[in-house]
Amino acid sequence: MTTYYTDQHEWIRVDGDEGTVGITSHATEQLGDVVCVETPSIVKVLAKGDEAAVVESVKAASEIYAPVGGTVTAVNETLAGEPANVNADPEGEGWFFKIKIADKAELATLLDGDKYQDFVKGL
Amino acid sequence: MEVSNENLRRTPLYALHVELGAKIVPFAGYEMPVQYPAGILKEHLHTREKAGLFDVSHMGQAFLRGADPARSMEKLAPSDFVGLKEGMQRYGLLLNDDGGVKDDFMLTRLADEPALYLVVNAATKESDFAYISARLEGELTLTPRPDRALLALQGPRAGAVLDKLSPGIDFLSFMRVARAKVAGVDAIVGRTGYTGEDGFEISMAAEDAETVARALLADPDVLPIGLGARDSLRLEAGLCLYGHDIDETTDPAEADLVWAIGKRRKTELGFPAAAKIMDRVLNGTARKRVGIRPDGRAPARDGTEIADKTGRIIGKITSGGFGPSLGAPIAMGYVETAFAADGTEIDLLVRGKALPARIAPMPFVPHRYKRGAPK
Repeated sequence: MTTYYTDQHEWIRVDGDEGTVGITSHATEQLGDVVCVETPSIVKVLAKGDEAAVVESVKAASEIYAPVGGTVTAVNETLAGEPANVNADPEGEGWFFKIKIADKAELATLLDGDKYQDFVKGL
Repeated sequence: MEVSNENLRRTPLYALHVELGAKIVPFAGYEMPVQYPAGILKEHLHTREKAGLFDVSHMGQAFLRGADPARSMEKLAPSDFVGLKEGMQRYGLLLNDDGGVKDDFMLTRLADEPALYLVVNAATKESDFAYISARLEGELTLTPRPDRALLALQGPRAGAVLDKLSPGIDFLSFMRVARAKVAGVDAIVGRTGYTGEDGFEISMAAEDAETVARALLADPDVLPIGLGARDSLRLEAGLCLYGHDIDETTDPAEADLVWAIGKRRKTELGFPAAAKIMDRVLNGTARKRVGIRPDGRAPARDGTEIADKTGRIIGKITSGGFGPSLGAPIAMGYVETAFAADGTEIDLLVRGKALPARIAPMPFVPHRYKRGAPK
């Protein structure tokens, strides 16, 4: 499994042709306490960069974009009752949705872990 | 969030905020703490459970002197200031000639002092001071006091905490004000606040603010609280934020602030647009400020349009967010008066979707002021 990152602070962990998507701990620090996550519908087809989810924090609403194109296969139902999981464990329990990746070549446009860390340091 | 240092001012506690790990944002021309490491949610809940310390030194403080400054101020605001007793403060609305609200403020008559003590909002302080000085020229002298800082200590433990640093202060009841020593420092202490909780606002010389703040923060019941939680606390308490819920385009009648018009003033009049405002109080207004509870968990923010169940736009949200003490989103805004009754079903247009919501009574969280014994 490999995890890739976007410059919009999403992560995608790839296992075969399926990816699990969430937001990074840097993103959660910026957002503050998350109070609500609107996840996409299962079977929704997303193109890379499409708005996929909305995170509402105590401060503001933020759109989450699909890191790659594909079809939504699962959403994290526990976030409806426990949105704080996003803050507590952003790259684990706080995942948003899973996507069947349409074209794995799109992963090459994303950042690896080291490049993402460098990117965050430069902000 | 970008922090711009251009022309931004700092309160006397800026260094302390940074030392405490605050996230600093520009607000009303100042670099202010929006939150500390605990985060908005915890800061909010801690204030409701124990006590929170707020730096509100950006607000405008002034003293008003004249032959009868209370009577003079009645020319610009509909409160009964002439009837304000010594050692008490009162809420006021600074009105323009159309009856629109230029600002809301607190006016205090200190015991045995001819000058009145005024506190206004940060973003409007310069324009308020200029307006009051110009309109009351020759009868009232306004002296701004940028050399003073202002702290708020709010929450159910506030009385016990402050009494340790200012023995006897816990005897003050809601809206009473006294000069007192706090941690050895000369201060003006009012039993008031902006959270719906019991608490105090403490005014002192800027150079003494850090002494008082550190003494309060040394108490294990006290956490520093940023502007983020200040906003969610006041929204749960149903209190207006100037510039959002009230402004120069809203008048006291439609803003549901008729309680801020003194009983004597309702017949004597003599405040700006008095006849027009009283006509609106008696005969109703086209729109009204109301509380709103969205059905789901998604908050609806300031500016969100409100529709009736047929999709017709009937109003707009002026403050909206998440109420940590309720575990649910809350909002306030203006709707056509026909839709203002509690329980009326409405839709909030959030990101192109109609989010079902209901008109709800305010405050969303009951006020817990320390009222004096009934007379």
